Formats: sequence, structure tokens, C-alpha cells
Amino acid sequence: MRQISRTLLRHPGGLIGLVILAIAIAVALFGPELFPTSPWRMVQRPFLPPFAVKGFPLGTDALGRDVLAGIIYGARVSLLVGLVSTLAALAVGIPVGAVAGYFGGRTGDALMRFTEFFQTVPSFALAIVLVAILQPSIVSIVLAIAIVSWPPVARLVRGEVLSLRTREYVQAAIVTGQSHRWIIWREILPNALSPVIVLASLMVATAILLESSLSFLGLGDPNLMSWGYMVGAGRTVIRQAWWITVFPGIAILLSVLALNLIGEGLNDALNPRLNKDGR
Amino acid sequence: MLAFIAQRIAKAVVVLLAIVVLNFMLIRMAPGDPAMVMAGEAGAGDKAFVAQLREKFGLDQPLPVQLYRYMKGVVTLDLGYSFRQQMPVSQLILERLPATLLLTGAAFIISLAFGILFGTLAARWAGTWADTLITIMALLFYATPLFWVALMAILLFSVAMDWLPSFGYETVGANYTGFAHVLDVGAHLILPAITIGLFFMATYARMTRASMLEVKRLDFVKTARAKGLRDSVIQRRHVLRNALLPVVTLAGLQAGTLVGGAVLTETVFAWPGIGRLMYEALLQRDYNLLLGVFVVCSAMVLVFNLITDLIYRSVDPRIEFAS
Amino acid sequence: MSPDAAVTIKELKIALPAGADRAHAVDGVSFDLVPGKILCVVGESGSGKSMCAHALMGLLPDNVKPVSGEILFEGQDLLKLDATGWLALRGRHIAMVFQEPMTALNPLMRIGDQIAEMFEAHDLLSPKGRRQKALGLLREVGLPDPERSMRAYPHQLSGGQRQRAMIAMALALEPAVLVADEPTTALDVTTQAQILKLIRDLQRRHNMAVMFITHDFGVVSDIADTVVVLQHGKVVEQGAADEVLSRPQAAYTRALLAAVPTMQPPPRAPLGNRAKAVEVIGLDKTYVSSGGWFQPERRVQAAKEVSFTVLQGETVGLVGESGSGKSSVARLIMRLIEADRGTVRISDTDFTVMSGKELRSARSRIQMIFQDPFASLNPRRKVGNIITDGPIAHGTDPKTARERARELLELVGLNANALDRYPHEFSGGQRQRIGIARALALEPEIIVADEAVSALDVSVQAQVLKLLEDLKARLGLSMLFITHDLRVAAQICDRIAVMQRGAIVELKATAALFSAPEHPYTRELLAAVPGRTASSQAA
Repeated sequence: MRQISRTLLRHPGGLIGLVILAIAIAVALFGPELFPTSPWRMVQRPFLPPFAVKGFPLGTDALGRDVLAGIIYGARVSLLVGLVSTLAALAVGIPVGAVAGYFGGRTGDALMRFTEFFQTVPSFALAIVLVAILQPSIVSIVLAIAIVSWPPVARLVRGEVLSLRTREYVQAAIVTGQSHRWIIWREILPNALSPVIVLASLMVATAILLESSLSFLGLGDPNLMSWGYMVGAGRTVIRQAWWITVFPGIAILLSVLALNLIGEGLNDALNPRLNKDGR
Repeated sequence: MLAFIAQRIAKAVVVLLAIVVLNFMLIRMAPGDPAMVMAGEAGAGDKAFVAQLREKFGLDQPLPVQLYRYMKGVVTLDLGYSFRQQMPVSQLILERLPATLLLTGAAFIISLAFGILFGTLAARWAGTWADTLITIMALLFYATPLFWVALMAILLFSVAMDWLPSFGYETVGANYTGFAHVLDVGAHLILPAITIGLFFMATYARMTRASMLEVKRLDFVKTARAKGLRDSVIQRRHVLRNALLPVVTLAGLQAGTLVGGAVLTETVFAWPGIGRLMYEALLQRDYNLLLGVFVVCSAMVLVFNLITDLIYRSVDPRIEFAS
Repeated sequence: MSPDAAVTIKELKIALPAGADRAHAVDGVSFDLVPGKILCVVGESGSGKSMCAHALMGLLPDNVKPVSGEILFEGQDLLKLDATGWLALRGRHIAMVFQEPMTALNPLMRIGDQIAEMFEAHDLLSPKGRRQKALGLLREVGLPDPERSMRAYPHQLSGGQRQRAMIAMALALEPAVLVADEPTTALDVTTQAQILKLIRDLQRRHNMAVMFITHDFGVVSDIADTVVVLQHGKVVEQGAADEVLSRPQAAYTRALLAAVPTMQPPPRAPLGNRAKAVEVIGLDKTYVSSGGWFQPERRVQAAKEVSFTVLQGETVGLVGESGSGKSSVARLIMRLIEADRGTVRISDTDFTVMSGKELRSARSRIQMIFQDPFASLNPRRKVGNIITDGPIAHGTDPKTARERARELLELVGLNANALDRYPHEFSGGQRQRIGIARALALEPEIIVADEAVSALDVSVQAQVLKLLEDLKARLGLSMLFITHDLRVAAQICDRIAVMQRGAIVELKATAALFSAPEHPYTRELLAAVPGRTASSQAA
């Protein structure tokens, strides 16, 4: 574990990613305490350019709302949605993949057909449809993103479990009389987890992109200020007030970039080029 | 080979049917009673009229019967009726489909061509500043939300520099014909196609780079060197050909994301395709239209997957055409 | 240093990057390659023999550099050659054949095209001419149906055929020197014999100087004219083949030769009337790959009516080439895969009908040692846990299990502090010992060793075999020993069963099998073992 974190920290991209993510998390956790004014409140005149008035470094939008406050409150929404939907997708994908990979046979086939079906359907379109039908709310968004995100997890886990199942130390565990549960839990999953962890960090990034895209289209939770919503709201006035769309977009960009970089760093740390015996 | 194609098409049809069933379930879950909605549109809300509508559209039948009617409709390309736009859904879709095909086709070709190019260059110059630059750009484009790129592109090329149009398919009222028309559409196509293209370009570039670096280490490249072949020949004939295989697979997997990207891009650029149609359906809470577009999108993805699968199998001789 | 040498290597030193386990891959090596003669470079893994070959072609990896010495070819020092020089040299004057035929050929190009490329690389002949020549070459190396092979892709040929294609490619421009880097190590014994004969014939016909790298002394005794023995990058001994093999001067050479199992099976005590440890009756297994809607399914019969017995205290060998079904039979007996038909009895208990908990608890009676020391231990578990997991699952309390693990480690010749270390801290031979300790932890009646020494260096192999013999005698174990190496089987088996395509073709006491084989396949197998005409190891 220690060696992994050391390798990760030495990776320049991973380090940058960690720093940016730490800032984002700090903003999400402590921001609303330090900036208690609700981002929905109109606090100044509309279309205030950045740095025009002291205290509003990012200007205001069409209704006079503080853009900086919007970004701070939006951090919570994006990170929360990203995290929860990824955890939900993992909670479904890992068991499905593990069972399909370990037991194989007809159950495995059926599970994989089911997974492939979900993967064939265009994921963003399905997310739109689901949120539209369930009515936009943070719950329906998290649900929709989880539903379109779990198939790649199942696929990956199945592939790993399938290849590990024929590994000799797993066969040794069978031969020494271990139960299925022990084998999956102690022998297979710990060795299958590395690529899943890498995938998970990339999934949080994708979830943030999905959430902001949905909010941009007007499918966000109407009670929560979200970065995507801000970009969408500023779209029609982009010629007069570019800052309304630019700053939230940068926030999304940095968060997603940070997570991608962390994913890369984790990939290098967890899957070193394994040379057998240095030959 | 033909047997294989038939088998794959059969499989795709089964999946499509499953999607249609899913679609049907989603339509039923949509809020609001369709009959009431229709009655509201027609302006008359009395019970007799609503009952009449219910009977006319078969909404009083048991669910399996409704499913059967819906599936029959889909097979005959009848996807229901859009009440807001007062037109059959399939007609709306057919009008807009070519624009989307043009956009996604252009985006796909641009992203694949340039993605492979930059990936190959990055692999060739691995470890140098050029490689780092390409990798950083790829990371940035991969992380940027599509709708924001679209808006920034408009801001930069349309507003600030006024080089390219940012709205629609062709210059309204100009009535170009022939080659001038093609140029006009082309000018309008550039920004939206590149917007979608950038994201995928980043993906293909990174995949190509990683793949080429990996293939370079394989034994048969050493054999090629042992023959005394020139480096350029080795790169082209031995490394690149093998390195592109996973890229083809990746391209196939990206079909769904490509279609999703079209929705966002067409919305921002007011490109008259089915993506924008979906957005309109969203705004108007027109569930019939929304789900009709969804089915067509799914069908597009299936066709695209089938094509890339065939391409992959014809390029890699190790995979037999049977299963 | 002979005046008529094709290649003269003088005091070659090749440096390894910082952090490697020694400073030089090759440290002051000198030898000559003479036209018309085969020089075998012998050594264990890490001896630097492969690096010598790569240096001769200018194909060393980027971070490995020659630092001093010379490689003289036709008056030039190859170490001073520039890129263009190497391009002209490679393939034309010096050609190479690699070890793994599957990965050494471009999977997306047809065989004929890859051979024609040799001519193209040096701007020779027209495309039509190249194809003609390629066809001729394929015929010369004995590929069946050369026209068809021309158009085939690598994966459509067998291992031996691919290696013939590689040799055809190397010969295309009639080079003066052929470098062969373990070309037969990945092949079956019978195929190996054919390829060795092919190389000898071609070498004589074209009067090439051949540098043949191998770790197998049997191969050396079959084809070498001169021998160079390498250890840790240094030449330990070199000279004429029969000199080095029969009168080795250096201690290392003597030790290596002593470690090679001979083809003379040692005399074994007769077993008399003993109870049966394992009885295998009529095992049948067919692998079916499903075809889908339009394709017929493919069936491979891995086991055909396999029946034999292992008596208590006996070691029975299952010998065969790849595809013979020997590994499948081992897995069927262990119930890692399920047989279609047949029974396995462990001392009168029917092992095959058990399931669930009963099966799991009965498993302690028959344990397995696996082939790959790097894949048979879970990299994330400590050695102590690996050994105690089994007994704990069967009800032993952790403290007793750990004590027992300590004893077992010492029994197999490892320090008890290994308990708290991870597998990656140990060498291949040590990991095999851990695997043996794990198998013994459950106090089984029978041990199934599935190619347990095949992945080990010759000297380590000898140690592990000795360990197995000791343990067998001390603990009264019965053993089923699966191997493709007849020499190893000769050393430790009481009886040997020869398998071909899923069936046992002959089952006899070891001495009788070697002196009077009956079945034609057994005879073919014995005749193909390299070096069987060599004298036994030097005293």
C-alpha cells in the first residue's frame, strides 16, 4: 500500500491531479460555510463583468447572481453526484462481473447478454430519457448515471475474474479445499481490484461530465445550482457576458482533468511492468 | 462469411427488439395520461372525448396487446405521433436524420484520421517535448465537456473572429445551389464536426500511442529489424498495422458516445439533426418523440457496431468468421 | 583464434543499466564462428548467452551497450558499424532465428510475404522473383504443401512449421552466419529432433557458420562441433564438443553436466504387493467449443479411456508431448475439471462421486504441485498464510497450523522466517519448494506433480527432484509425475505411462520402457530425445 502511494505521488500528472482534486473537495466541503449567501440570491446588478466590483471576482449572471458563489455551491453537487453514482455502479457491476466470470456457464452467459444490452444502448441518450421520465432531481440523475455506467465495470471484472480463475494459485486454493466464497473473496478479488480502481476514478470523471451535460440541457435538479446549469443558462447571452459560461466550464474541466490524471497515476502505480524474474 | 453476417444481423435484430420493449416500458412510465394529454392539445376535455381517444389509440387494451401494437408499429416504421409538432414521429426523424449522419460521419472521420496521426507522432517522438505536448492536449480535450467546447468554439471563431458561422446548416435566405451549396454547408459543418471530433481525437490519439509503444516491444518487430528492413517500412507495415487493431475495437465502442455527443453539439449549434430533435422533445415534454429518437439512436449504434465488427474481423486474420 | 573464422569475437563486454544484478551482461567473452561448423553457447538463464547473439546482430536493447571488445566480420568491427551498415548486414550476411515462433512472426502478414520481405529489404529481385524464391525456400525447409503455406498466416501453422518458415526466412539471402537463439526450446521433443536435423543439413549444404544458443546439453551433444559454456557473462570453458562433454575441466561445467538427468534409469527396488493408492478407471473427457448458429462445434478428445493404478509408495510418470492430454488427466484426477465418464478411487473411496463439503474435505488426501513457480503462489499473500490456509480450512487451529508450516519449510530446505515474507522475494526454485510445502501441509496420501520442474534451470531442477525423492521416502508418499521430459521421468519414476492424443499407448516399468519400448510412438519419442547417444555424465 505504501509503495503504491509513493509511486503515485512521484507521478507528475497524478500529483497535479491530487492537488486539484483536494482543492475541489475543500471547496465543496468548506465553501458553503465560508460563503453563506445562497447562489440563487440576486446580489448585484446583472451582467457584472469580472473584477468590476470588489467582492465579485467572477462577475454576475443574467439575474444578478454571483458566479463565484455558483461555482462554489456547484462543486458539492458535481462531486457528490460523481461519487455516489460511481459507487452505485460499482455495487452493481462488481458482483455481476464476478459471478459471471467465476461461475460461467449459462448464468454467466445470461448475465453477459444483459450487460451487453445495456452497453449497446447509447448511454447519454438513455440517461436523458431516464431523467426526463423520472422527472429531474438529484436522485433521478444519480440513478440514471449509475444505470448507464455499470456495464463497463461488469465487463472488466468478468474479464479479470475469468483470467484469474485459471491462474495456478486459484487452482491451488480449489485443490486445498477452499470454498467458493473464500476463493472469490481472498484469492481472486484482491488481485482483480487494480484495474477496477483505475476504472473507478475515470468513472467519477465521466459521471461529472454526464451530470453537467444533463444540467446543461435543463435536466438538472431545479433546486440545486450546478455548473452545467450555469453554462446552459449563460448560453443565450454568450456574446454579451462570456464569463457566465467560461468560468463554470473551467471548473468542470479542472475537476474532470484532475480525476483523469489520478486515474493515470493509479494505473502506473498499480500495474508496473511486471518482469518475470527479471528475464 | 455470409453466414457470419447473417448471424450477426440476427443478433442485432434481437437486441433491437429488446430495446423496443424497453422503450415501450419507458413510454408507459412517462408521466401523464396520453389520452388526457392528447385531449388537452385538442382543446376538448370532456370525458366522452377522452374515452374516444383512448379507444382510437388502443390505450384501453391490456399491456401485452399494446406492446404488440407498438412493436408492429416499429417494424413498419410507425413510431407514434408527436402531438406538439403535429406530425408523425417517423417523419420528423427521417427529415432530420441525414443532417445527423453527415455530422457524426464527418466528426468520426476527422477524429479517427487526426487521432491516429497524432498518436503515431507521439509514439515516434516518445519522451520528447512533442510527445508531452500531444499528451497534454489530449488530456485536456478528453476532460472538457462537449457543450462547453462548442460554446468556446463559437465564442472564438464566430464572435471574436467571425470566421465561421455558428448557427444551423446553411445560410438562411441565401438559396445556394450545386457546389456553392456544398461549400456553404461545409462551412457550417466545420465547427460542430470539430467540436465533437476533438474529444474522440484525444481518445484515439492516446490509444494509438499506447498501442504503438506496446507493439514496438513485440518479438516480430525484432524479426523485422533482423531482416535489415528500413525503419519507415517497419513502422508502417509491422507496427502500425498491428497497433491499429485495438483502435478499431475502441472506435466501435465509442458509437454510443458519438451519438450522445451529437445531441449536445446539435443543440448548441442549432444543427437540424435528430439530436436537436431530442432536445426539442425534452423542452416540450413530448415523450413520444423523445423515445422515438431514442430507438433510432439505438439502431444507429447497432448498425455502427456491426460495421466495425466486420471491419475488425476482415483486418485480423486470427479471428475466424465463425462466432 | 582460427584464421578462417567467419566471425571473431574478442573480449566482448556488454554493460547492463545501473541497478541490474551485475555490471556486465557479457564480461570479456571471446570465441570464433567457423564456416561449416556449429558452435553451441550453453548456459543457464541470466548467463548472457542471448545477449551475445543480439550483439552479433546489433539488436541489443537501447539501455544495454557494448563497452569494449571487438566483433570482427570480414575485416570490419561490427561494434563500430553505423545504422546504414547494420541495415546492409542484417539478413544478408548474418541472419537470426528466434525462440518463440508464434510471436516472432507478424500475425497480420502471410508467410510468403514475410519471406519475400527479406529480398525487398535489400532491394533484390522483382516481386515475382521474390515469390518464386520464397516458394523454393519453403520447399527446401520441408514445409508440407508449400503453395498453401505461402498464403497462410502464422497462426494457421503449427509451432514446428512456423519455425521452419523462420529458418527459410533466415536462409533467404544465403548468409554466411546463422545465429539461432534457442530455436527449439519452445517445441515438442519430436518436432525439436526434426528441426535440429534440418539446421544441421542446411548448415552443411550452405557451409554456414552457426551460433546455436541453448540450455539443453542433450542438444549440444547432438549437433555441436564446438562448445562455449557461459556463467554470469563469463566464459567458463570452451573447446571441441566431445572434449567438453566427456572431459569437462571447469567445476561449473562438471556440475551442469552432472545435473542433467541421463537416459539411463537408475535401478529401482521392486514394489511387490502393495495396496493401491490411486486407481483411475476409464476416464473420458472431450472438450467441445460451441459453434453458434451456423458453425459446427469443434471437439477435442483430451482423455480416451484412461486407466492406470498408482501403488502406495510408487511414482508413476505420465509422459507425452503437448496435446497428449497428460495435463488434462492430472486435472481430471484432481477434479479441477469434471470428466465425462470414469472413476477415480483414492484407496478404495470413490473420489468422483463426491461433491460439496464432502468433496472439499476429501481433497486433503490428494494434493498438487504446479508447474509455474511464478503463478502458483498468490502474490498478495504471505508465505505463511499460503501454507496454513489449507489446514485451517480443514479445521486445524491457526497456532498448530503455523507450527506445522514452520516444520514444513525446514523440511523443504527453506528458512522458517519465510513465513512472513511474500512470494516475490523468492527465486523460482525456492517458490517451487514453497509449493511443495503447501502440498504437504494437508498430509496427503498422493501428490500429483504437474510438470513441477519444467520451468526450472537444470541445476535447480536436480535439487528439487532430489528433494521430492527424499520426501517421498521419508513420508511414504505416492506420486503421479507428469512431464514432457523423458530424462526427468527416467530418474524418478518407477513406472511410466506414455500418452498420445488422449490415450495411454504404453505403460511399463521404467527400465523396461527405456530398454525395450513396444509401441511405435514410444520408440519415436525415445529416439527424438536429444543427446541420447551421449555418454553419461562425467564422474
